[in-house]
Amino acid sequence: MMQNAVDIKNLSHYYGSYSVLKEISFSIPKGRFFIIIGPNGSGKTTLLKSISGIEKARNEKLDILGKPITEYSRRALARTIALVPQMVTIDFPFTVMELVLMGRSPYLGILGLEEEKDLEIAREAISFTGVEHLSDRKLDQLSGGERQRVFIARAICQQPSVILLDEPTASLDIAHQIKVMDLMEKLKEDKGVTVVMVSHEINLAAMYSDELLLLKDGEIVGMGLPEDVLSFEILENVYGCKLLIDESPLGKFKRITPVPGKFLDK
Amino acid sequence: MNNNKPFLLKRLTAVSFLLLILLAVAVFLGLSIGSTGGGIKNVWQALIGEKGNGSMLDTIIWRIRFPRVLSAALVGATLSLGGLVFQALLRNPLAEPYILGISGGSAIGAIIGILLGFSRFPGVSSMAFIGSIATLVLILVMSSGQMILKKESLLLSGVMVNSFCSAIIMFLISMTQDSRIHNIMFWLMGDLSMIDIGQTGVLAAMLLPAFFIIFLFSNSMNILLLGEEMAHTMGVNIRFVTITLLVLTSFMVSATVSNCGLLGFVGLVVPHLFRLLLGPDHRILVPACILGGGTYMVLCDLLSRSLPQQGEMPVGVITAMIGAPLFIYLLKRAG
Repeated sequence: MMQNAVDIKNLSHYYGSYSVLKEISFSIPKGRFFIIIGPNGSGKTTLLKSISGIEKARNEKLDILGKPITEYSRRALARTIALVPQMVTIDFPFTVMELVLMGRSPYLGILGLEEEKDLEIAREAISFTGVEHLSDRKLDQLSGGERQRVFIARAICQQPSVILLDEPTASLDIAHQIKVMDLMEKLKEDKGVTVVMVSHEINLAAMYSDELLLLKDGEIVGMGLPEDVLSFEILENVYGCKLLIDESPLGKFKRITPVPGKFLDK
Repeated sequence: MNNNKPFLLKRLTAVSFLLLILLAVAVFLGLSIGSTGGGIKNVWQALIGEKGNGSMLDTIIWRIRFPRVLSAALVGATLSLGGLVFQALLRNPLAEPYILGISGGSAIGAIIGILLGFSRFPGVSSMAFIGSIATLVLILVMSSGQMILKKESLLLSGVMVNSFCSAIIMFLISMTQDSRIHNIMFWLMGDLSMIDIGQTGVLAAMLLPAFFIIFLFSNSMNILLLGEEMAHTMGVNIRFVTITLLVLTSFMVSATVSNCGLLGFVGLVVPHLFRLLLGPDHRILVPACILGGGTYMVLCDLLSRSLPQQGEMPVGVITAMIGAPLFIYLLKRAG
């Protein structure tokens, strides 16, 4: 039987008495590119944090690779799941290599003393994300796009089965957006890693995801193949704005165009 | 390179060895120079010759200078390490026990302990510890309790807590006739001249294990710098690491404050210097700050003894004169 990467049953989450996720159930099969979309405040990030084990949900039935998340030790979970969070500022001058190497720490002793084989894995992660030329650069000397790829390299160096990304293309130009998305597709294809991404970029989601989850107010509004989820009725209802949906010039993908206010007045 | 040897060990050994030599040189200078003669050559002979032959120089070196130099090294190491730990935990390169007011809090605790008639150890030390923990909690609550603290709000609250503590210290000392705390300068500017060999021994017994435990956490500190989310998903028990380090650091700082008063900015100068020289890896920085911080304080103490024509000045004058301008420079560069 094919094991799922993530199984969630009746997951709810509250901040105080405010419920952010309402009895959500779904599964992510292994080796998929799975993208979670939805309006601001729909609970996307909270869902991602729950899967990563950062947020402990009530009545949690959350399985990672067929085993309840509560049965993982911290380090065992870190060897299974890696997270690329939204942009963080780091005021300390680590080099790219030092940062990526830290990805090895769930495999190492208390002082994290890296051996030659860990260096090898870090070098491979760095070359996988195409930032070899930046190895010795300090983090604060990188552009937004370079930075994002470096943080992805760190996550890859953790050798996870599942990689979680929280809006990795936010504030990147379109060239870097495509680079990041291509990288994730390659990670899935080459290494069989399950990719779970939260994104606001519906058009990128339409082109890259194997499966799409649409959240609104903490509930699942649509889930399945992107061409099924991205229907006119569902999207206009969820986002509450006028949209045009047609086929991408590339063929086979849907293309979503939000309609500017000035076209609605007439 | 040997294939199976962690390459970091090599670097760690080299850095520690070098700094150990520097520390030894500083300690030797500290033992050699003082108001009542000595001279490098004579002291060297006294040190390599037979100990305890009862000469005048021997007495000065072992009874007076040795405890002082040793405690200077311990205090310097503690304050540097304290700065390093606070900077990592608060993810703020400007954090430091003195600037945050934690030293001030423990000084108040110590003074109250003395006024209540407690013995120096463990009574006064425990009061100093309570004082530092109370200040720490106060600062964390004021900066909204989050560990991801804004630079500005953290520093502002620290400055306010610090001046409040200074005012309380002055108030307490002015209101009392107690001769045991008559010396305001001791508390406000720090002073190493009062310490004896017994106190130094107690200090060492408390501090050295704390140094070792902090070293064990050095890799976790590296990972904490990446932010809570990444640290969590890299297998670090953030709560455990943070609380252990904060409590240990407050403990160390209060131990030094109750023995030597307030010494400012050491925890800023030393970690910054080593971060510039050696990079931000705490597995290197922790031993470097212990050995280098010790060296720094021994040299500052030497300056405070030898600069004035007559008598000496509190060593806190020296550390503040070096540290405060550096702090302003760093603040300007960070902004």
